[in-house]
Amino acid sequence: MLRSRLTQAACAAQRAFSTSPRVLAAVKQMTVRDGLNSALDDELARDDRVLLLGEEVAQYDGAYKVSRGLWKKYGDKRIIDTPITEMGFAGIAVGAAMAGLRPVCEFMTFNFSMQAIDHVINSAAKTFYMSAGAVNVPIVFRGPNGAASGVAAQHSQCFAAWYAHCPGLKVVSPYDTEDARGLLKSAIRDPDPVVVLENELMYGTAFPVDDKVTDVDFLVPIGKAKIMRPGKDITIVAHSKAVETALQTAAELAKKGIEAEVINLRSIRPLDMDTIFASVRKTHHLITVENGWPQHGVGAEICARFMENEAFFELDAPVWRCCGVDVPMPYAKTLEAHALPRVPDVTEAALKVLGGKARSK
Amino acid sequence: MLSSMQRGLISGICDLMQQTTMHRAAHSTTAQQTRPQSQSQSQPQPKKEILPEDSCLVHLPIDFKLHRLEHGPDTLVSLKRKEASLYLRQLMALRRLEAAAAQLYKEQLVRGFCHLYTGQEACAVGVCAALRPQDNLIAGYRIHGWAYLHGGLSAQAVLAELTGRASGCARGKGGSMHMYARHFYGGHGIVGAQIPLGAGIALASKYQQLDAVCVALYGDGAANQGQLFESFNMAQLWKLPVVFVCENNNYGMATSSWRASSNTNNYTRGDYLPGIWADGQDVLAVRSAIEFAIDYALQRGPLIVELCTYRYAGHSMSDCDSVYRSRDEVQEVRRRHDAVERFQRLCVDQQLLSAEHLQEIALEVRREMELAVKAAKSDEELPLTHLWSDVYADNALQGKIRGVLGQQLEHLRTTPGREKPTKCVLQKASLNTST
Repeated sequence: MLRSRLTQAACAAQRAFSTSPRVLAAVKQMTVRDGLNSALDDELARDDRVLLLGEEVAQYDGAYKVSRGLWKKYGDKRIIDTPITEMGFAGIAVGAAMAGLRPVCEFMTFNFSMQAIDHVINSAAKTFYMSAGAVNVPIVFRGPNGAASGVAAQHSQCFAAWYAHCPGLKVVSPYDTEDARGLLKSAIRDPDPVVVLENELMYGTAFPVDDKVTDVDFLVPIGKAKIMRPGKDITIVAHSKAVETALQTAAELAKKGIEAEVINLRSIRPLDMDTIFASVRKTHHLITVENGWPQHGVGAEICARFMENEAFFELDAPVWRCCGVDVPMPYAKTLEAHALPRVPDVTEAALKVLGGKARSK
Repeated sequence: MLSSMQRGLISGICDLMQQTTMHRAAHSTTAQQTRPQSQSQSQPQPKKEILPEDSCLVHLPIDFKLHRLEHGPDTLVSLKRKEASLYLRQLMALRRLEAAAAQLYKEQLVRGFCHLYTGQEACAVGVCAALRPQDNLIAGYRIHGWAYLHGGLSAQAVLAELTGRASGCARGKGGSMHMYARHFYGGHGIVGAQIPLGAGIALASKYQQLDAVCVALYGDGAANQGQLFESFNMAQLWKLPVVFVCENNNYGMATSSWRASSNTNNYTRGDYLPGIWADGQDVLAVRSAIEFAIDYALQRGPLIVELCTYRYAGHSMSDCDSVYRSRDEVQEVRRRHDAVERFQRLCVDQQLLSAEHLQEIALEVRREMELAVKAAKSDEELPLTHLWSDVYADNALQGKIRGVLGQQLEHLRTTPGREKPTKCVLQKASLNTST
């Protein structure tokens, strides 16, 4: 009896850990913001070709405080405040990368990267190919991406599909502290242009980190997804903050006896389809969750990849996408809340995809 | 009565013509010094009294115009015989190179774009004469000549790139606007985008404490792009060693400069940036301006050099230029301001080069281009595997590239590339000082 209670408690803790990482106070905690900050610090210390430039990154410590303390530590040469002039400073950063530096170009938010998208695509992504491998562009474009809170349409959208569309770029989209720290460090060391899509709403969230994650040489490989929670009944693929929604959904489904496997994509390009295929071979059901728009989105690409792969025959039901509603983001609180997939939405999608199998649980 | 198009010329090349008339009787003199001192400027010596020396001093026939500068480039410049021979060879080579490109285009061996530089040769020759080996250059899309001169690429590497063959400088994968070499960061197909890139290359030089400037080229067409002004601003804030060179050939595609720019004096358009206007049809004027600009950029920061020039060909090969300018206008510039003719005449007048010498150079250049054309025609295109090669420098965990029908192509790297291995320069311990 006691034993079974202990087991229940442990299971509850496990679930709580998955969905609400602040519960376990005993383990070392680190916010996503600090994960990014320490990643920048490590790489600035490691390689003197690395520099950070962008609006408010230096003296103001970053609009979202991601670069806190770095200007004081590394000075004007390596932490550079730019005027509000995205196209210009993105171009300057790309030029510096072509000439041997390793710039980290911060967009205050990725919404503003559209002012500079020509340099991301035409100057950074294509040069290696156009020069037949002679000129590589080791640059990182980073900043908060996706829907923020109460900031309306121009400041709330996901660019994962936009950038992942373009060959020559690598695109990563971290969820937690481990992702943020490891992926940013990998991105800075990468010889190719990497777009790091952070999430503003996650910056202040603390996650448990072990010594491995805080190690100065900790890296998360670009192009490898992570199974956040194993399960055998249905696979839920997500990236960025939607991983949180997926984990919470998995907890809901668990109450109904359904074991969902949650995959955190981490990288959008390259897309780790092998991990998803392997998972679906086990679960035979798949839903995708993203906070971006549906058309030509990340979920749409995953669906297409299934159609073209023999893993298609492993599916017992059609793949279903849970995406942001296909409208510009509204400002009003209630409308905004319903513009992105919520746990009940994803749960409903999972139950529909599982059909009779869910009822038999 | 002047048509609106012809009126546009008044701000550009006619200005040049008027000045040339005024300065027609420009003095030249022989001397043995390579660099004239400033006091010698005021008292030019008579010419041709003595037999030619190995060098001569030349008074530039057209003055520089200055913006926010008290002193400008030297107007009395030296020309050595060796230099005369080299510059003339380069001028002729660029003209022949473009003639070859035009011919290849007409034979339908060049695809898509082909922007000829014919007419503007003195700009490239003058700029490259001033640049030092360590200096960088980035250009717009009219780059065949720049790739040949500053990139040090062979005529074959340029022409075979145009024909899309394997011996092209980008193996035929870049084409007319995308050629790269050491210190030559390519042509750029997006009008004006090369300007912040050039400022970034200069930032890298300054960051690495290299004694190098970057020349970032643009035309009067790109002169109205917003990112130019963004770059001017940051380059000045950060005192980057960049020389913004505006080759004003009077037409951005089919729109004359005066129809596109509220201020056609491009050398003044940097506001706080100093500027120099120079006769872009005169190799020595261009060289002098850029020499001055390099010194200035290294010591004090960025500036603009506007080179007044003219293109004989259309914007691209498919351009019907009779719509926006008259044949007479082109002929007039050819007759009175041709860069090759002018320099050739100077060399002969100064007795630096003989008629035989000129013929010898012309013959040599013709041979070089003939061989290059032959090779550019006969060379093969790349094998098909190069279609999916060199998309990324690091292919770890890339999986396969999707082909037309499926995800079946292997990522490949064909060249070691320029990227340097990751290095650990600073130890973390040494930086833990100031937090």
